[in-house]
Amino acid sequence: MSSIEQQAKGGSKADVRYLTPLDIDTQKKEKYCRFKKNGIKYIDYKDADFLLYLVNEQGKILPRRLTGTSLKYQRKVAQAIKRARHLALMPYVGDMLK
Amino acid sequence: MNHYETVFILNPVLSDVQVKETVKKFEDYLVSKGAEMIHKEDWGLKKMAYPIQNKKTGFYHLFEFKAAGEVVAPFELEFRRDDSIMRYLTVKLDKHAAAWAEKRKEKLKTAKK
Repeated sequence: MSSIEQQAKGGSKADVRYLTPLDIDTQKKEKYCRFKKNGIKYIDYKDADFLLYLVNEQGKILPRRLTGTSLKYQRKVAQAIKRARHLALMPYVGDMLK
Repeated sequence: MNHYETVFILNPVLSDVQVKETVKKFEDYLVSKGAEMIHKEDWGLKKMAYPIQNKKTGFYHLFEFKAAGEVVAPFELEFRRDDSIMRYLTVKLDKHAAAWAEKRKEKLKTAKK
């Protein structure tokens, strides 16, 4: 039985074992703004396949905390995506990328 | 003279001749207003992400031009008058956008070769 199950089961009645915190290590990956890093200055609303990276399955714009982009470029991304949606290059709501 | 870029979608039911005519009409309108056409692109019949006026596809065209500020509003009025145009979007290009448009043209040229 893996150590976690053993800890959870708590062994026999005699030695009552207190719940020890399970140490599952979550290493923190440093997030970076892909636009600052690659020096992209302008986000084109015409190439939809690049914008699809910044949108989730339902076609919603991904928040900064997930993509890690800086505020300045997030605004540019949002505007580009809204323009692409206006021109029907991207769906307002869709189940693409499935 | 500002730098602008317009993308518009034409109704797919139009015949090729009508499409060319309409595009020519808009281009002449711009030139008559003293604009300087820089680049024209025809993306042809493209599938749209969602139906517009119950049409699933449309002829996409791109105009890149330099024009005075007061030319754009009447130009867009022309778009609204013409009912074969389903949708249009005019964007002012700043220096980064213009540089990107330049790079994109190189890419298209090399791709075509």
